[in-house]
Amino acid sequence: MRNITALRAAAAATAALLTATACSTQRGQDDQGTVAGGTCKGQQTTGITDKTIKLGGIYPLSGPASAYGTISKGVAAYFKYVNDHGGIGGRKVDFVVRDDGYQPPKAVEEARRLVEREKVFAVFQTLGTPSTAAVWDYLNQQKVPQPFVATGASVWGTDTKHPWTIGWQPNYVAEARMYAKYLKDEKPKAKVAVLYQNDDFGKDLLGGFKKAVAGSGVKVIAEESYEVTDPSVSAQMTSLARSKADVLLDVTTPKFGSQALAADAKNTQWNPVHIVNNVSSSAAVLKPVGFKNVQGVVSATYFKDPADPRWAQDPEVKTYQDAMHEYAPDADPANQFNAYGWAVASSLHKALDAMKCPTREGLRDAVRNLRDVKVGMLLPGVTLSTGPDDAFPIETLQLMRFKGERWQLFGKPVDTRKEFGPLTD
Amino acid sequence: MSTLTDLLQQVVEGIGSGAVYASLALALVLIHRFTGIVNFAQGELAMLSTYVAWQLMASGMPFWLALPVTLAVSFVGGMLVERLVIRPVQGAPELTVVIVTVGLFIFVNAAAGLIWSFTVKAFPQPFPDGGIDLAGVRMDWSTVGIIGVVAVVMGLLYLLFQHTSIGLVMRAVACNPESARLSGIRVSRVLMLGWGLAATVGAVSGVLVAPVLFLEPNMMGGVLIYAFAAATLGGFDSPVGAVVGGLFVGVAETLAGAYVDVIGPDLKVGVPLVIILAVLLVRPQGLFGRAAVERA
Repeated sequence: MRNITALRAAAAATAALLTATACSTQRGQDDQGTVAGGTCKGQQTTGITDKTIKLGGIYPLSGPASAYGTISKGVAAYFKYVNDHGGIGGRKVDFVVRDDGYQPPKAVEEARRLVEREKVFAVFQTLGTPSTAAVWDYLNQQKVPQPFVATGASVWGTDTKHPWTIGWQPNYVAEARMYAKYLKDEKPKAKVAVLYQNDDFGKDLLGGFKKAVAGSGVKVIAEESYEVTDPSVSAQMTSLARSKADVLLDVTTPKFGSQALAADAKNTQWNPVHIVNNVSSSAAVLKPVGFKNVQGVVSATYFKDPADPRWAQDPEVKTYQDAMHEYAPDADPANQFNAYGWAVASSLHKALDAMKCPTREGLRDAVRNLRDVKVGMLLPGVTLSTGPDDAFPIETLQLMRFKGERWQLFGKPVDTRKEFGPLTD
Repeated sequence: MSTLTDLLQQVVEGIGSGAVYASLALALVLIHRFTGIVNFAQGELAMLSTYVAWQLMASGMPFWLALPVTLAVSFVGGMLVERLVIRPVQGAPELTVVIVTVGLFIFVNAAAGLIWSFTVKAFPQPFPDGGIDLAGVRMDWSTVGIIGVVAVVMGLLYLLFQHTSIGLVMRAVACNPESARLSGIRVSRVLMLGWGLAATVGAVSGVLVAPVLFLEPNMMGGVLIYAFAAATLGGFDSPVGAVVGGLFVGVAETLAGAYVDVIGPDLKVGVPLVIILAVLLVRPQGLFGRAAVERA
């Protein structure tokens, strides 16, 4: 399997290389982008005119992570809706979606296509930490904005060498801080067992959690990791059960999330408070385990769940539901990923509105100068805030507990930045 | 909990996962015995069979009816794969055949993703919840069930090979295809039969693991590595070896992960690879395998 993955990666890399060479030989006289005059003199205006703005997105529409691909449908529905209501500052959005199959070499190829052939104004969303990391060097060299990447790695905000790239959703450390605060408040003597994926994602969240509970009565007493190539996490769960911890922090991706939840439900001798990270909190993870087996599980979120009856009368959610029916009839409006797409697209709308110059530089600066910007699809109390020393748009989360057939919010939204201080490298 | 119960619990866990590796290793060994091919796509075919079972159940069929139908479909499917994909490259260098099975692996994986998507699906557990508790060591009914089913499959294969005429024919082909052909055995049919049998055993393996691993296209990828280790350890031409090898790999992996600090859970996946390497260096034919003897 490993060999085969390597083989596949090698093949894809070769393909990327070939395309890259092909591109560089094709690059001709018209390679120069356009620039602005007047007060914005010299700034790049490629992909933006008074009437249009062209954006490109790279999502896994195929392959193992294709469940996330539907985010692009929520984004596209938002832009279509906005175009029919006057556009963004009078500009119609042309949103080009490309598929990378969750393969970094393919993401590089698609980024080059978007920048060099499609001549997009910005690459609005690359999905996943590996694909985003694969293209951010290129996009920053080309000085193309890469706003609001769909991954929670904290590096997008702590890094200082890639000014054109910025995250959006709460980073994994912010999420870990939310759980840490919950335990410090509610279970100050908690003994925590951690199951985590042995990669940047898992280590980011676990590291953030340990730092956030340092010096308190909350102690991590057992940790087990797994590799994404492991068949199952059942042996790890058995080991963790032996620790007799009273909290299980479950830092997994979807399949392993289902396995861990099922293993916890099966073991009637050990009943810890099960905290599952946001990545594995979707219905697609919980449903196969059986809703009756995941009652009382805790997680955290930051945007409105379209399936939650609490928001049935919410104007933004209603607009979203109607727009989804009209512009994305094949997508399920109740799917959280679509709502995520809607929320992130409307966030970009606010950033585009705030540009001082209608240029790539203008967008780069605008996304780093957001002051308590309200976005309808985000939870009340969650806003976008960035600044010269803050490259994390959302750092506020709220806890939720699974009850019946859906998540229920509880507690107050917590600004983890205020609570724990700025996050630095 | 004492350290001894702890150790025994780990051993039981290991046997549980080992039985799973053993079942897939059995399928690998079956094909290798008859055709000399190492089938990299064995796990993916098993995964595909599991989807067939899932689809049947999703359309309302009860588990115990869906199972025999799935096994039958897998048997026919395995024979078709041999006829349509493998036979055209029969007699080609080994590397060609290996590449074809790797291609089959990628194709089946992608096709399953296309048809059923990559989101995980729940697969019903045929065995009851709970388990038995022996002096603090806990064994789930599902583990007991998996071990039982693998034992039954072993027994059936033994009966088939040793006590039926078709088994005799199959052994003849495995032993010496040329002589078998000269004595009037239709070797190509027997090879098809071998692939069909292997696919059926693989299907059993897939259906057994799906309730625990959750069904998705990459379900068998991890299992395949361990199955390879099991088959290498036991000997690629010995069904008994495959089962013993599977159990050994499962227990070794669990114990190494739990007790050898340097290894820990991080390096657990390295255990089967170390086993493969060590066996190939010390006893290439495996514990139960027969060394290939060539006349000078």
